[in-house]
Amino acid sequence: MKSPFAKGLFDGIPIALGYLSVSFGFGILAVRSGLTTLASVMISASNLTSAGQAAGIGIIAAGGSYLEMALTQLVINLRYGLMSISLSQKLDGTFNTPRRLIAAYGITDEIFAVASAQKGLITARYMYGLISVSTFGWCLGTFLGASAGALLPSSLTNAMGIVLYAMFIAIVVPPAKKSRGVLAVAGVAAFCSMVFRYLLPQVGGGFAIILSAIIAAVAGALAFPAAGEEGERA
Amino acid sequence: MSLAVYIAVMAGVTYLIRMIPFAAFRKQIKSRFFRSFLYYVPYAVLTAMTVPAIFYSTGSVATAAFGTAVALVLAYMDMPLIVVALAASAAALAAGWILPFLRF
Repeated sequence: MKSPFAKGLFDGIPIALGYLSVSFGFGILAVRSGLTTLASVMISASNLTSAGQAAGIGIIAAGGSYLEMALTQLVINLRYGLMSISLSQKLDGTFNTPRRLIAAYGITDEIFAVASAQKGLITARYMYGLISVSTFGWCLGTFLGASAGALLPSSLTNAMGIVLYAMFIAIVVPPAKKSRGVLAVAGVAAFCSMVFRYLLPQVGGGFAIILSAIIAAVAGALAFPAAGEEGERA
Repeated sequence: MSLAVYIAVMAGVTYLIRMIPFAAFRKQIKSRFFRSFLYYVPYAVLTAMTVPAIFYSTGSVATAAFGTAVALVLAYMDMPLIVVALAASAAALAAGWILPFLRF
């Protein structure tokens, strides 16, 4: 058997590939808004989040206040808090406070998704593996985008935009096949998300995701409550 | 306004949002409702992030729809994440080459 760290590295490869394409775009954007390549990579290494970073460089470029920066990050990244609570229920017994403080750095949408899809409890070493390879991809992509963004053909960079979303599909579909609860939750979430996007666009993207997710997960917990009972995938 | 302070504020707020709940929740949550809720959160978040954003992810709704269809079929067949992810991207790329020739 592979060590948990190696398994984390391996499971993180699709995340890193997806990050490479997304952070490439971030690198292009950051340089365009006046940051150096070094500053762009520093932001990626210390934040590890797509939407928050994109909003952040906008605030830096506009000379916004530190308070505006803090509040914007809080709202856009609030979903990580929800993910942290969910993931805290899957940690094995050796996951002590120092390990939690380290691993918390790497709770992103994608790392959370892959970690939650694991059977059984997860170890700190597994998280470190996932986080290392993903962070490497995220920073490398930022560096390449910031320093060489205009060199790739746009047909290729456009097609890479779908990588992360396709990975999300690959995480949701298999359990949705087996569990009516997961299928119903995914359906409600998709419906709410489209309502926000097309009928209530004044609700920002970050809030739309949080609200859609809460509505769908509450509906699922009310209609199909047994799912989380054994800590097992129903 | 200093660039270093901006980056520190960004990184600090983002880290605290992740860290506080992760470090604070030590025990298994007992409430059946809350456990079910947390079990469903990942699927709810991921679906809300994917739909409808995936259709705008490639700069063309047509190529994105093609990539999405490929991802759905392969995911339904339980293919590994990386296979689904790369095949969807390759499908969107191929659709971008082929679609201009299919005007009818």
